[in-house]
Amino acid sequence: MSAFFVKRVISLILSLIAASVVIFLVLEVVPGDPAAFMLGINADPQAVEALRDQLGLNAPLVERYFTWVFGLMRGEFGTSYTYRVPVAELIADRLWVSLPLAIYALVLSTLIAFPVGIIAAARRNSLADVTVMGATQFGIAVPNFWFAMLLVLVFSISLRWFSAGGFPGWDAGAYEAMRALTLPAVALALPQASILARVMRSSLLDTLGEDYVRTARAKGLTRSQALWRHAVRNALIPVLTILGLQFSFLLAGAIIIENVFFLPGLGRLVFQGITQRDLIVVKSVVMLLVFAVILVTFLVDIAYAVADPRLRRQHA
Amino acid sequence: MSDAPVVLERRDNLWRAALGSRSLVIGLAITLVFVVAALVSLAWTPYDVTKLAIAIKLRPPSPEHWFGTDIFGRDILAMIMVGARTSIAVAVIAVGIGIVLGVPLGLAAATLRGTLGDEVIMRGNDLIFAFPALLIAILITAVFGPGAVNAIIAIGIFNIPVFARLARGAALSLWTREFVMSARVAGKGRARISIEHILPNITNLLIVQGTIQFSLGILAEAALSYVGLGAQPPIPSWGRMLSEAQTMISIAPHTAIIPGLAIVLTVLGLNLMGDGLRDLFDPRLRRSRL
Repeated sequence: MSAFFVKRVISLILSLIAASVVIFLVLEVVPGDPAAFMLGINADPQAVEALRDQLGLNAPLVERYFTWVFGLMRGEFGTSYTYRVPVAELIADRLWVSLPLAIYALVLSTLIAFPVGIIAAARRNSLADVTVMGATQFGIAVPNFWFAMLLVLVFSISLRWFSAGGFPGWDAGAYEAMRALTLPAVALALPQASILARVMRSSLLDTLGEDYVRTARAKGLTRSQALWRHAVRNALIPVLTILGLQFSFLLAGAIIIENVFFLPGLGRLVFQGITQRDLIVVKSVVMLLVFAVILVTFLVDIAYAVADPRLRRQHA
Repeated sequence: MSDAPVVLERRDNLWRAALGSRSLVIGLAITLVFVVAALVSLAWTPYDVTKLAIAIKLRPPSPEHWFGTDIFGRDILAMIMVGARTSIAVAVIAVGIGIVLGVPLGLAAATLRGTLGDEVIMRGNDLIFAFPALLIAILITAVFGPGAVNAIIAIGIFNIPVFARLARGAALSLWTREFVMSARVAGKGRARISIEHILPNITNLLIVQGTIQFSLGILAEAALSYVGLGAQPPIPSWGRMLSEAQTMISIAPHTAIIPGLAIVLTVLGLNLMGDGLRDLFDPRLRRSRL
C-alpha cells in the first residue's frame, strides 16, 4: 500500500508542477501589456513602466514563475489588475457559490443515477429498463445550459416557484441560498445523472453475470439479497471512477450554468477576467480548477486502491 | 482469386447488419438531415441571415417563417441551417486534430511500451486530460481572443489524449498477435508495422470513438459560443442563438427552444450512430453496451 501511495503522491506533485508551468507559459505569451491596459490608451509611458515594476512584470520569466507558485502555496494569488483587491479574496468569495453548486449537483446526480441504474439492470429489458435507456440517451444529448433555460421557462416564468437567477448570498440563510442554487444544480445534474445511470447499469449487468453472484444465489440468498450484498457493491468500483471524473465536468459546467442564472461564481469572475484582460485572475482561477481536477483524480485512484486490493499490487 | 467472392459476401452481410440496426439507421438519418441542411446552406437559405429586419422580430413560427424569427428579425430556420455548418465544421475539424495528433502518439507509445518515451507521451496525455475543454478554451481565448478557430483548437487539444489512449490500448493488444509477430519476423520495422498492420485493425474503434467525440464536439462548441468564446457575430452558431434568446425567453420561447432542439437532435443522432456502429463492428460488446 505505502509504495503505491508514495508513487501516486509523486505523480500528483509532478502533475501539479507541469500544469502550473503550462498555464503560466500560455498566459505569458499573451499579447498586450496589462499595465498599459489598466492605465488606458493615453497613459504616460513612465507611469506604465512604474506600474509594470509594481506588478512585478519586469522580473525575469523564471523568477516570476516561482514568485507566482510560492505565492499560490501561501494562498497569495497576487492582486487583481482591475479590482485592485487580492485575487485570493475574489476567488474565496466566488468559490462559495461554485463549489456548493458543483457538490449539490454531484449529490443530486448520484441520488438520481444510482436507483435508476440499479432498477434498469435488475429488471433488464423490462419496460422500466427500456424507458431508462431511452431517457438517458436524451439526457446525454441535452446541453446543460439549454436545459437550464427550459427550467427557468417552466419553474421561474410559468410556475414562479424559483427565482430566474441571482444569488442572495449565504448571509440570507442556508435555505434561501440553496433555493437559489436548486435550478442550476438540477440543470447541471441531469445530463451527468444520465451518464452515471448508464455506467451503473452496465457495470451492474457485468457483476450480475459473475460466478460469485451465482454462488450467492446457490447458497440460498434471494435475488435481491444477492443483488445488494454482492453485485451492487462490486459494481460500484467503475462507477466511482466516473463519479470522480464528473466532478471536474461539474466544476467546469458550473462556470457555464452560472451565466444562465447570473450567479456570482468563478465562471462570471473568469469571463470578466478575460474581457478585462485581468490575466492574474484568469490564471489563478484556471490553476485552481485544474488543481481540483488533478486532486480529485488522485483521490479517486486512492479510493479505488482501498476498495480493490488487486489494483494496488498491479500498480505498485 | 478465390477469396474475392468471400469478401463480397462479408461486405453484403455488413450492409445487411447495418440496415438491420435500428440505432444506426435512425442515428444516420438524423445526422444526415443536419449535414444536408449545412451543405444546402452553402448555396441557399430561405432568408438572408445577415439581413436584420427589426420590424418582424420575435415572430412565432408561421408559414412564411417555419421556425419564426429571432430578436433581430432573422429567419430562425436559415440561422439553424448556417449554424449547423458552424457546429459541424468545428466538431469535424476538432475530431480531425484529435485523430491526426492523438493516434500517431498512441501508436508510438505502444511501440515504445515500457520505455521512457511511452511514459513521457502518456503522462503528457494525462496532463492535457486534467484540463477540461472549457478551461483550454478559456486559456486560448485569454491569449488570442474569442473565435471559431480558437474553439476548434481548444476542442481539438481536448481530443488528442482521448485518441492517444484509445490507440495505445488497442495497439498494445495487437502487438502480441501472431500476424504482427510474423511481420516482425519478416523484418518489417516498428513504424511500418504500426502503419501497415496495427492502424488498419484499429480503424473501427477510431470510427466509433470519432462519432462520440463528434457529438461531444457539437456540445462543446455550443457551450463555448453560448458563453461568447466560440464563433463571433455575424457567423450564426447554435450556442450564440441560445445566448441571444435567453433574455427573450418569456416573450418568445421558440427562439430558445428551436436551437436547443437542433443541438439535442444532432447529438442524439451521432450518439445513436456511434452505438449502432459499435454493435456492428464488435457484436461481443452488444451485451454490455452503455
